[in-house]
Order: sequence, then structure tokens, then C-alpha cells
Amino acid sequence: MHVRKIIREIRKVGRYLGNYGKFYREGKTPIVLLTKEENLRNKSVRSGKDLGFWGRQEQRQIRTKMDLNMDLNAPHSMGTTIIGVTYNGGVVLGADSRTSTGMYVANRASDKITQLTDNVYVCRSGSAADSQLVSDYVRYFLHQHTIQLGQPATVKVAANLIRLISYNNKNMLETGLIVGGWDKYEGGKIYGIPLGGTLIEQPFAIGGSGSSYLYGFFDQAWKEGMTKDEAEQLVVKAVSLAIARDGASGGVVRTVVINSEGVTRNFYPGDTLQLWHEELEPQNSLLDILNSPSPEPMNI
Amino acid sequence: MNFTASKQPENCLLGPESDSQRTLYPYVTGTSVVALKYKDGILMAADMGGSYGSTLRYKNVERMKPIGKHSLLGASGEISDFQEILRYLDDLILYDNMWDDGNSLGPKEVHNYLTRVMYNRRNKFNPLWNSLVLGGVKKGEKYLGTVSMIGVNFEDNHVATGFGNHLARPILRQDWHENLSFEDGVKLLEKCMRVLLYRDRSAINKLQIAKITEEGVTISQPYSLKTYWEFSAFANPAQGAVGTW
Repeated sequence: MHVRKIIREIRKVGRYLGNYGKFYREGKTPIVLLTKEENLRNKSVRSGKDLGFWGRQEQRQIRTKMDLNMDLNAPHSMGTTIIGVTYNGGVVLGADSRTSTGMYVANRASDKITQLTDNVYVCRSGSAADSQLVSDYVRYFLHQHTIQLGQPATVKVAANLIRLISYNNKNMLETGLIVGGWDKYEGGKIYGIPLGGTLIEQPFAIGGSGSSYLYGFFDQAWKEGMTKDEAEQLVVKAVSLAIARDGASGGVVRTVVINSEGVTRNFYPGDTLQLWHEELEPQNSLLDILNSPSPEPMNI
Repeated sequence: MNFTASKQPENCLLGPESDSQRTLYPYVTGTSVVALKYKDGILMAADMGGSYGSTLRYKNVERMKPIGKHSLLGASGEISDFQEILRYLDDLILYDNMWDDGNSLGPKEVHNYLTRVMYNRRNKFNPLWNSLVLGGVKKGEKYLGTVSMIGVNFEDNHVATGFGNHLARPILRQDWHENLSFEDGVKLLEKCMRVLLYRDRSAINKLQIAKITEEGVTISQPYSLKTYWEFSAFANPAQGAVGTW
């Protein structure tokens, strides 16, 4: 009861003001401020059949805009930072470990680098469900393909299978993937498959919402023909920088190195990473700082 | 990663519509393609950028590809749809070759095929989000045509997509003439591409120029254009009017 009263008050006073004012002025009540009964009542009227095809889409857009306060036509930024980098002899894949549901961190140690075959892995970003399902399907197809082929699948085939699913279901899926691996024909290869299902082979790829902060970094720090250690350090540094600035990225840095010798998984907990601007050395307690000896006086 | 709601809002009565595929909006897009007829065939230019909204995300995207023996296809718009069109054309050319009858599809035929594909997808409210430029030479006959995502198609002596229509076509209307030499054609295209570089936000300074003649297709290596910034008014815009931009 109390809630309904508040809603009515908001409607009276808040009309024409704030984020929802625009919709009132257009003669529409934002769904978030309707009571459940009113919403259900409106549903039959808002069937949209009379609005034609684009009317339906506009309806959907308005509703999503109101609910999520976002512009549907701008590309979705996806929580996560994922990176794939080729080096002289193989590839290094890296990712953060944060899975969020809205503002809550559902899993602070997730593994976003998923195995497709012995020699091909994929970094997942965007919707957790979508990316998991796509990887599961591709793993299944690749397994069959490997049996039929009689030898390990190539990275190109894996990437094309991902593209096939991403492209043909582009309206349903919200996931950006980076496929990386090693095969005996082409060596180490990285393929980026962003939203929409474009397949693009790159010497290095970045994805997820955290990647916005890394375009400049990679423009400056990337070079052709790095060694394995250089490449891995670059990836760890980059993910760590993205974690520092992107709220949707966090936790630990996981890397997977794939080359002719095999696959190596590495794990870098937050406290092993270097500190960036305005970050402080972690302490056990304030008491330790208070009890420690005071700093030396300056020698002027 | 978010556990976001699926793209279909729950109380939306979509029904069977949710199964069919509809490209509602593009994600990774290419900007203008410009092309003109010259003495020996067709010259086409496009930059190598793939934009993701306002981010210039991919800088190595080849937006012009040879088709069969006689044609060259350039595309702007959604790159994933362009990749799909290339697959359709692969099948088309394959079938044509399998006839093994000494005949091969010319640019006019490929253009017609693309027009039918684009128009029929548009009729099903599921467009391939591209504007295509198709050029080629067969048996001495030069052909240059264009198809848009809604199926509008025509051929002309010079065509462009996207911003190119507004910025490059006027330049071409003024400076183009019959039997341009290769050098003049390239200079004219570069003039257009430079203007696009100045004035199109999604253009990048890395382009390729492709030529198609009776002999075949050549796509140049990627290269960059020099730009001019030395106007005195650029150095000091506020000199005559303080506070101006």
C-alpha cells in the first residue's frame, strides 16, 4: 500500500521533471512507475499489432530505454576485460575474473577463458549464458570435426564455427568472443568475433567493457614479434590497467599460453599486480600503520 | 559479464517473429566507398576502417574484394553482412565455374544477382545492412553499378556510398571525364578520399585503391594520405574574432 502511495506521489510531483519527464510529455507512462495491475491492464492495449512493424520495435525501444536508461542503437558495452595476443611461437589469452549481475559481483573468481579443443581456447565476454552456450555448441561441433578429420582442428575452423553461430543468431545473442590457439599449419592465431558476428583475424584483440581503456595502451605498447614472457607480461599489465578503471572488471588476472608445446594456465591474484595511480599498498589494518615507526625527519 | 535480461523483453508479445532473423541495427561498420570508370576499366577506393559505434575499432578491414574473373565488389555498412555476401558470391561463382562452358559471370550479372538478394531481404524486413559498389570489365565493356540495403540500384560513370555521396560525388561530377588515364583517375580518387578523411568522422587514414581491367584485379597495399593543416586561420582562429571556434 505504502509503495503504491509513493508511486502516485511521484507521478503527480515528478511529472515533466527528471529522466522520466520526457515520456510524460509524450503522453506515455514509464513502465517502471506503473503498478503491476496497471501494467497488466495496459498490456492488452499495447499489443502493438495496430502500430505496424516499426511501431513494435519503437515500443520495445521505448520500454528498454525507460527500464535500462540506455540508447538501444549504441553498441552494448559488456562487463569484462578480455585480451588475446600473438607472439613469436604462439598466443597468450588473458581475462579478468568478475561476473556481475547489475551492481552485485556474482562471481569474483570466474574463469572466462574456456577450452574448445586441446589447442584452441576462447575468451568470453558479454552475456554469461550466451557465451557459455555458444562455446558449448562449438566444443561439441569441434569434437565431432576432430574425429572426422583425424587430427587436431585448426584455429580458423574453431573461429568460423563461432562466427556461424554468432552471425546466424545475431538478434538473440549478446556476446563478444576472442578465439585463440595454435595449430601446425598457421602457428599461433587470434580471431576476434564481436557483436554481430564479424570474423576478423588480428595480431592482437581486445574485448569487453574494460577494453575501452586499453585502445590507447595497446596502440603504444604493442609490437610485432614479442617473446612469450613479453607477451604474457603485456597481457597481465593490460588487464590490470583495465581492472583499475572499469567497474565491471575485477578480481584476478587469468592467462592461458598456447604454443606447439602445449597449454599453460596462469593465475595472478590482485595483490601480485603492480599498483597504478592513486592506488595504495594494501595493509592488514590501520593499527599497523599507527604502530609503525614515524617517518624520518627531513634533512634540510 | 552481465546476467542481463534476454534481448526479448518478457511482456512483449513477439510470437513467431522471435525466430526469424532481422538485422535491426549494424555493429561493426565500414564507411564510404568511391569508384569511377577510367580508360582501361574501373578504379575503386575504400579505407580500411571498421567502426564500432563511435570507436574506430578495427583498422585492417579489407572492404574491397575481387569476385570471379571480371568483377570487384566494395562494401560499406555492417561487415558481418558483407562477409556473408562474399559467401553467397563464392557459391554463385562456383556454380558458374562448374558449368565449365567457357562462359563466366560478368559484372552486370553479378550486380543483378546482388540487387535481387538485397531487394528480397528488404522485402522480408531482414536487410543485409550494406551499400555495395560493383565494378568490372568484360569483353572491353566497362560496368560500374551500386546497390543499397533497400535494393535501390543503378549504374553510372562514378558512384559512391554513404558520406561519399555527399562529399565525393560533387567533386566527381565536376572533374570526371571520359577516358581518364590511370594516374588522373587515382589522383581524382585521392582527392575525394582526402575530403572524406577531413570531414567524415568514421574515416581513417589508411586506404586501398583497387583497379580492375580486362587483365584482372589489382588491390593496392594499404597506404596513408598526407593532409594539409597550414592555413593561417587554422593556426590562429580567434585572431579576427576573439572567442570564436
